Amino acid sequence: MSALTTLVVGIISAALVNNVVLSRFLGLCPFLGVSRKTSTAVGMGTAVIAVITVSSCLTYFINIYILGEKYSYLRTIVFILIIAGLVQSVEIILKKKMPSLYKSLGVYLPLITTNCSVLGVAIDSANNGYGFAETMIYSVGTAIGFLIAIVIMSGIRERIEDNDVPEAFQGMPIVLVTAGLMAIAFVGFSGTM
Amino acid sequence: MKTALERLYNGIIKENPTLVLMLGMCPTLAVTTSAMNGLGMGLSTCFVLMLSNLIISLLRKFIPDSVRMPAYIVVIASFVTIVELLMQAYVRSLYASLGLYIPLIVVNCIIMGRAESYASKNPPVASFFDGLGMGLGFTLALTIIGAIRELLGAGTLFGFNIMPDSFEPISIMIMAPGAFFVLAVLTALQNKLGAPSATNKKSSSSCAGNCAGCGAACAFRTEITEGGDGK
Repeated sequence: MSALTTLVVGIISAALVNNVVLSRFLGLCPFLGVSRKTSTAVGMGTAVIAVITVSSCLTYFINIYILGEKYSYLRTIVFILIIAGLVQSVEIILKKKMPSLYKSLGVYLPLITTNCSVLGVAIDSANNGYGFAETMIYSVGTAIGFLIAIVIMSGIRERIEDNDVPEAFQGMPIVLVTAGLMAIAFVGFSGTM
Repeated sequence: MKTALERLYNGIIKENPTLVLMLGMCPTLAVTTSAMNGLGMGLSTCFVLMLSNLIISLLRKFIPDSVRMPAYIVVIASFVTIVELLMQAYVRSLYASLGLYIPLIVVNCIIMGRAESYASKNPPVASFFDGLGMGLGFTLALTIIGAIRELLGAGTLFGFNIMPDSFEPISIMIMAPGAFFVLAVLTALQNKLGAPSATNKKSSSSCAGNCAGCGAACAFRTEITEGGDGK
């Protein structure tokens, strides 16, 4: 396969076929929590793309050059600390250097530390022994998948607001049903029904 | 002794982390493809929760307030690594089926949430039992969800075939969508029966189903969602 084909196939498989939220259940919390408005969903999705890209790049090099095979059991501790530190420093830098961008993305940053998709992607690529190019394709694809899922979800939730939902299903249950229906649609991408 | 029992009751029934507080949704939905997996995940989380609560409570007077979050993360991540290595050594099949979700116990907000809201303020023994209660509550919820999904999706329970032969397994229940549907029906039932749940009210001010339900992040989230609603 040519490099371009690999890239396209890699991104599609990470973003749609194995969608991070709907088939791997990572990052469910912001997916359910910050998906009431399309505008906030887009902001959260963009912030996740940025953080996942930078953090998986960083964790890749730390895993290869510092931890190696010998200390691979330290991955969990080291990665979560790197991610937490990274998110903090990105927040501080943005606040100082790019206040306009901080205004639109900054509020989502503290929430991302506890977004399991960031840690999940980093650990998954390290455990599978991906090379640098593969790691980047996988993480960017995953983050795009998160953006797609949360934007679709927020669009549907904006519509649901005006609908007459049965009393017992108001609030979280109807959101979970929506997510289930979306998950069925995404199962279609893998063609295993 | 009284505190211990009260903490256990609180964790398992009154403030059940999954069914009432709606915390830690990712493992709840991801690993409950069978009752066994749910039980395994619940017990590993319970182990981490008990010991991290105990240690954090013992260290609560030594950890400076400004660096408490990173300190908690290190304690929790250490216990998660211990669990991961133990499972890899002794229960390989469970380790293989839980996979990535074992290291992800670190970001399970139940653990961080209990560290922040209980263990950092209370004595070690009470904190230990608080962790045990919460852990058992989580285990119970995961096992129930896992059992329902396994029963409907594969017709078995803990691997034993108990449904009649005429039963056609609804395989979607053990696939990703089934997780959402089972939890949706469970929360809808809680709604119907008026049972307490963080997500019952339509515009609930609590952090509905988010992992970041821990402390500051939670207040933040509410601000965003509520602010968005105001328009």
